[in-house]
Amino acid sequence: MLQWLISTYENWQPVSGYLVHIVAITVPLFVCVAYLTYVERKIIGYMQVRMGPTRVGWKGLLQPWADMFKLLFKEIIIPSGANKILFLLAPILALAPALAAWAVIPLNATTVLADLNAGLLYVLAVTSIGVYGVIIAGWSSNSKYALLGAMRSSAQIVAYEIAMGFALVGVLIAAKSMNLGDIIVSQAGQHGFLDWFWLPLLPLFIIYFISGVAETNRAPFDVAEGESEIVAGFHVEYSGMAFAVFFLAEYANMILISALAAIMFLGGWLSPVQGWVSATWLATPYIGWILDDGFHWLLIKIAFFLFWYLWFRATFPRYRYDQIMRLGWKVFIPITIVWIVVVSAMVLAQVGPWWDRPS
Amino acid sequence: MSNTARFVRSLFLLELFKGLSVTLRHMLFVRKVTLQYPEEKAPISPRFRGLHALRRYPNGEERCIACKLCEVVCPALAITIESEQRADGTRRTTRYDIDLTKCIFCGYCEESCPVDSIVETHIYEYHGEQRGDLMMTKEKLLAVGDKYEAQIAAARSQDARYR
Repeated sequence: MLQWLISTYENWQPVSGYLVHIVAITVPLFVCVAYLTYVERKIIGYMQVRMGPTRVGWKGLLQPWADMFKLLFKEIIIPSGANKILFLLAPILALAPALAAWAVIPLNATTVLADLNAGLLYVLAVTSIGVYGVIIAGWSSNSKYALLGAMRSSAQIVAYEIAMGFALVGVLIAAKSMNLGDIIVSQAGQHGFLDWFWLPLLPLFIIYFISGVAETNRAPFDVAEGESEIVAGFHVEYSGMAFAVFFLAEYANMILISALAAIMFLGGWLSPVQGWVSATWLATPYIGWILDDGFHWLLIKIAFFLFWYLWFRATFPRYRYDQIMRLGWKVFIPITIVWIVVVSAMVLAQVGPWWDRPS
Repeated sequence: MSNTARFVRSLFLLELFKGLSVTLRHMLFVRKVTLQYPEEKAPISPRFRGLHALRRYPNGEERCIACKLCEVVCPALAITIESEQRADGTRRTTRYDIDLTKCIFCGYCEESCPVDSIVETHIYEYHGEQRGDLMMTKEKLLAVGDKYEAQIAAARSQDARYR
């Protein structure tokens, strides 16, 4: 049996190798998504002076599984006026891009599923497809609220995609590459976390993350769902696992945006103490492994951004629709354009420590 | 506030950071108010209005004299009383029903009662598995009263000063 498995694996290379890699990325990702819902409920609970889930398992740690099984066993109701094919296609269309974008995310110095030279472009293209899931869900449900939610979401994403794109153009200029691995490597240096792009690109960094919050339809930009206004927005008509897939897509997108922010502005898997620790320290077991560059730093940075997501949600009331549009078009886009000019000037002037070495 | 100051404030998100600091402070330092319900319970006032009961005098005689004041005062029309003259010449109820599905737990019945017969106890954890289970008959009410008389009397004496 084992022999057969190994021989099939060998015979089907490189397809089987990619499949194994894909499974190795998506399965932990799904577990992260499940526990992100738990962490969200806990953190928001604590911020609201509650305790969050405590009953299922120790400290409520099995809560995500309970939620998952509940949704699995529920019926998927398809409204009689709905377009059946699109209705069922929409959740998949929402989830797939969030997973597909992980192909180009470098997990550490050597591990990346697809080392694309146009990785940044690929990420931008794939994440924009996600909104089709929302729009198709809203339209195919044949419901007023769903359609309203989809309209809001599409307008919002059009507005923020531009600001986000411009923020990434800044990264592009700074890193002189579209390959995500090269973007990280260009942030390496001898000055610890000061070598990363967050400092020279600070306005772009903040705008990128806020646009990311808007892009994933999270509070305070969650007008597409807006419980108090349009019931649940684009997914009112969804139930059971179809609803769960939308949920999954939202959280997978959050993790993706956090990972991208970590890679482009906080140096991905680079250690924040790079260049500050002597080689003897790095050679010491355990301590050296922690202080050295590696996947754990990427995880910590992703967790950092995810915490901000949850923090925002617990703190801010929902933006009014016209305020969202104003912020996107009249504040973010001008600031990003100005800062792109500033960044270009800094790169030309070879401002250190980011651009003073020959590349 | 001048326009410039307002511009700077909004551009650097100062007020938003102030809000964020409030939630962070609550997350880290404020004691959580959650009550782990079945293990912990909220304190109850002696005037708490829970499940109803009919009381008896210490000699075992039921208090209710079928004056029907509670039936009249009940805003939800949840109480139904029928009465007769007993062999010893006193008036007593033959039927005393409270439909808990109608009752709004306002406590008027208890307030109107001249002999402190119908009372509301501190019991709030009860349920019915069939429709009839929430229809309290005279027997059921008296049984509740017999079982919890000590608690009922204690609550009444605690509150007696204010009546």
